[in-house]
Amino acid sequence: MLNKKIYLILIISLVFAISFWIGFNVNLLPAEASINAPIYDELFKILFIIGLIIFIGMTIAVIYSLFKFRKRNDQIGDGIALEGNLSLEIVWTIIPSIIVLLIGLYSYNIYDRMGGMKELNHNHEMMSSNTEKIWAGISQTSDNEIAINNLSVEVSAMQFAFLFNYPNGNFISGELHVPVDQKVSMKMESKDVIHAFWVPEFRIKQDIIPGQPTILNFTPTKVGKYPIICAELCGPYHGGMRASIIVEEESDYNEWFNKNKKPEVNL
Amino acid sequence: MTISIDPQKTNNESLQPKGWLRYFSFSLDHKVIGIQYLVCGFLFYLIGGTLASAIRIELASPMSDFMPRDVYNQVLTLHGTIMIFLWIVPVVNGAFGNYLIPFYVGARDMAFPRLNAVAFWLIPPSGLMLVASYFVEGAAQAGWTAYPPLSITTPQSGQIIWILSVLLLGGSSIFGGINFIATIIKLRRPGLKLMQLPMYCWAMLGTSLLVVLSTPVLAGTLILLSFDIIANTGFFNPVLGGNVVVYQHLFWFYSHPAVYIMVLPAFGLVSEILPVHARKPLFGYTTMVFSIMGIVVLGLVVWAHHMFTSGTPPWMRLFFTIATAFIAVPTGIKFFNWVATLWGGKISINSAMLFSCGFIINFVFGGITGVALAQVPFDIHVHDTYFVVAHFHYIVYGGTVFIIFSSIYHWFPKVTGKMLNKKLGILHFIITFIGFNLCFAPQHWLGLNGMPRRVAEYDPQFQFVNQISSLGALLMAISTIPFLINVFLSVRNGKNAGDNPWNALTPEWLTSSPPPVENWKGEAPLVEEPYGYGKEISEQK
Amino acid sequence: MTTLDSSKEIQKNNSEVNETHEDFRMFGLITFLIADGMTFAGFFAAYLTYKAVNPLPDGAIYELELPIPTLNTILLLVSSATFHKAGKALLKDKNSNSQKWLFFTAFLGIIFLICQLFEYFHLPFGLTDNLFASTFYALTGFHGLHVTLGTLMILIIAWQSRINGGRLTSQNMFPLEAVELYWHFVDGIWVVLFIILYLL
Ligand code: HEA
Ligand code: HEA
Ligand code: CUA
Ligand SMILES: [Cu+2]
Repeated sequence: MLNKKIYLILIISLVFAISFWIGFNVNLLPAEASINAPIYDELFKILFIIGLIIFIGMTIAVIYSLFKFRKRNDQIGDGIALEGNLSLEIVWTIIPSIIVLLIGLYSYNIYDRMGGMKELNHNHEMMSSNTEKIWAGISQTSDNEIAINNLSVEVSAMQFAFLFNYPNGNFISGELHVPVDQKVSMKMESKDVIHAFWVPEFRIKQDIIPGQPTILNFTPTKVGKYPIICAELCGPYHGGMRASIIVEEESDYNEWFNKNKKPEVNL
Repeated sequence: MTISIDPQKTNNESLQPKGWLRYFSFSLDHKVIGIQYLVCGFLFYLIGGTLASAIRIELASPMSDFMPRDVYNQVLTLHGTIMIFLWIVPVVNGAFGNYLIPFYVGARDMAFPRLNAVAFWLIPPSGLMLVASYFVEGAAQAGWTAYPPLSITTPQSGQIIWILSVLLLGGSSIFGGINFIATIIKLRRPGLKLMQLPMYCWAMLGTSLLVVLSTPVLAGTLILLSFDIIANTGFFNPVLGGNVVVYQHLFWFYSHPAVYIMVLPAFGLVSEILPVHARKPLFGYTTMVFSIMGIVVLGLVVWAHHMFTSGTPPWMRLFFTIATAFIAVPTGIKFFNWVATLWGGKISINSAMLFSCGFIINFVFGGITGVALAQVPFDIHVHDTYFVVAHFHYIVYGGTVFIIFSSIYHWFPKVTGKMLNKKLGILHFIITFIGFNLCFAPQHWLGLNGMPRRVAEYDPQFQFVNQISSLGALLMAISTIPFLINVFLSVRNGKNAGDNPWNALTPEWLTSSPPPVENWKGEAPLVEEPYGYGKEISEQK
Repeated sequence: MTTLDSSKEIQKNNSEVNETHEDFRMFGLITFLIADGMTFAGFFAAYLTYKAVNPLPDGAIYELELPIPTLNTILLLVSSATFHKAGKALLKDKNSNSQKWLFFTAFLGIIFLICQLFEYFHLPFGLTDNLFASTFYALTGFHGLHVTLGTLMILIIAWQSRINGGRLTSQNMFPLEAVELYWHFVDGIWVVLFIILYLL
């Protein structure tokens, strides 16, 4: 009896050890290039480890039963007539409930840190029409932050391209250039069908919807060129609907910006 | 008021053709209808699988070279629609439900045999129509979700045929659901209590509730969508002032419950199969019943987890995260109970058992990725990527399709009176299991690293992993060969099975194999303990 | 090993079991009506959402004229009562009486449809004018379809309740009861629709 308990504890700790080891050593994610990414990867790691523990545990239990309790050739008869066990049922109702609840609270925390819980309809004085209703998105910025960093871009998507309008510079670009370590605020709207703006290295995604403007704010942290991928089926060339986001040092960005800047047209 | 509804009268036997021809007739016999559903569903599975193979061939190289891009979209739309509406739903509900439920409640047929036959005969024409739409002006190409405005702007005839066909299939599903509810609640043999029913009845009761409550909403939604396409209304057309996100809410109000419509019956079927081959009672009958009902209730209020990156406000994203994640609790109860059912049994390692255990392992994996997807911040990165494709194939293929095969191995002797070959069955299992994991496990990585779904072309850096996945799909296609050989050989000259080869206790085994037309020669037996393995009854012998 | 011998099992339970069941056709119908109600629920949900989040363009007409729909509500409510009368009469074997009530109910249904069409022709907006117009026609049209079907079924059972050769008797009440339930359901939906569409 005691022996059995020791084995059980041993196996459980082994499952935990393996799961933690895999969780910390196997990297399944692309590079981290925005302040969202490390937060996301933290959540991923936790979910990965919990998932592994449950999955490995269940798999071991099934395979073990298949071996241990298989019917040998000479055996006839039945297994034990055990119909249930109330305390076991309670245990395996409560433990998953607690896990699920904790995961839920934790991911609320993560989501909040990503800026997902910020109000959407207050910080668009920089945009062309600040009365427009924002339907959804991720906003990381509060009012005064955006006042300091007036880096706002209007994204419009159409079959099958993204266009980036820099209202401050009065020009439109097919590539998204942003300076590193600064908050970027994008207002997005589609001209035809639903598209989505996705940068895997930033761990952010937001649908671009016709008739319903959405916003997406982020802060890149690593200089480089990353793909912008359309992630919502939008027609035959959906797979080819790509653009690039170029994160560069502030000086490089300013140079690019000033080169493209057009004077304000006075009507 | 009570009136006598004698199935003998409704089942006007002399008018029905005999032999194999009856499978092509408007038969009212629930067993015939069940087999019709199964065979018809399997044929559509081969079509859907052929389309899946085409997808995997296209994706073996990064360029869009095997077929034009719009054809690719048609192929994946048809693949998704066929697999869901013409394979999984009709088979786990229609086929096994029709075959087994009347036995389990001790009836001679379903409550409404005629409605039942109508429900089946809606399926082949709408399926054929769907497949044929490819040859008209191209099939629908907006994905199985048919999100507007894309579905409004793609070629119209294909989309309209798609809508029509899904409406008919939905109607068939509703008729089936009404029939199951009436049969289980009203047609029980006198003396048989609800809590003595085999678990599959409970699963079907829950499923049918979901069907009745959610499928009509899909029907209404598709009617509105077809107005947008034909009559130029603007429900979902932003150009005319419509709101595209309303469509998504209505669609997922059906289509999330639909995933439980695809899996709850499978849960019921495993609950029948495991106790028989482990020779132990089903562990925790009462909690199993409650967890089914818990899944039904929760399943109705989680739909927006498919829309975390659409136009949903923050509070809505959060509410649906918590609600969705909580489905893991009742589902987990079921899995722990199944493992406890195995524990301490005398397990026969045969094809049915192996497929069921494969189901447990695959489903737990798919369920865990599901719980991860339910977390908004997690989903924001992987939504509409191959991670989601991997998640649901782990559940629909690794879960439901595994159980369909398991059930075929389990009930084949009852239906035909012949045994299936065990060696070929185990070979089928091994190839399927390896092929399946090879195909879909790598897709998690693809999704996390930046491959969106529904694309015919992708970054060359993903080529190697995609080829592994395609190799797995090839193995899956190959694995159907031993299965088909096995079925054909066994129907022709399989070993005689006898009435009850597994020594099972559920009522369908207490009649001859194959069963007579009205299910029992005499009166229907009253089985009070369908899972009484290892109990006193043995001494009666 | 636990086994069950089918022959023994049957002997054990050889008590008198009559193979009749209580009439579950009504149960099936109720289930169907729940399903049908969900279709309407979907339409209502869509309508209410549109109303809440999609403001209409300027100049779109919000106010609907009330007299005709109010008359229609009264017509349907009265027809529910007259249908009930028909059922009572049939139960007392007064077939011709029942038939009269049924025809009257169908008559009310037809008037309802005529009024509805009249309203359609006099509305200042068409099907595709704006979101409100489209949902209005979709909802009332779908309901009107139900009334049309109901009226046809009432005419059929009215014919079936004729004295000589009709299938509908006090022994075979089911067709009448089924159509009656359906008719009450359609009425109920109308009341909800009236409140949501015209009054709210
Ligand atoms: C039969 C089909 C089926 C089933 C049963 C499920 C079950 C679940 N699904 Fe899945 N899902 C699909 C089919 C299915 N899904 C399909 C087809 C799609 C894509 C649709 C499309 O866009 O085309 C999809 C997409 C999908 C998404 C949207 C992803 C996206 O598009 O971004 C989400 C997000 O929340 C999700 C979550 C879940 C969850 C939480 C469950 C849960 O029910 C799982 C619960 C089970 C377990 C968790 C395992 C067992 C439990 C234990 C062992 C207990 C312990 C566990 C814990 C404490 C975690 N699914
Ligand atoms: C519900 C059940 C179900 C099942 C069982 C499957 C089974 C399979 N699915 Fe599918 N799949 C979906 C439901 C399902 N799928 C859905 C809903 C989508 C989303 C669609 C959308 O985005 O809108 C999807 C999408 C989808 C994609 C993503 C496409 C994309 O986004 O671009 C891929 C890619 O790998 C894929 C692959 C497969 C494979 C390899 C199988 C294999 O398991 C298939 C194995 C079977 C066979 C290979 C058949 C074997 C037989 C033969 C080959 C012989 C032929 C002989 C004759 C015709 C006589 N599926
Ligand atoms: Cu744009 Cu996909
Ligand atoms: Cu879902």
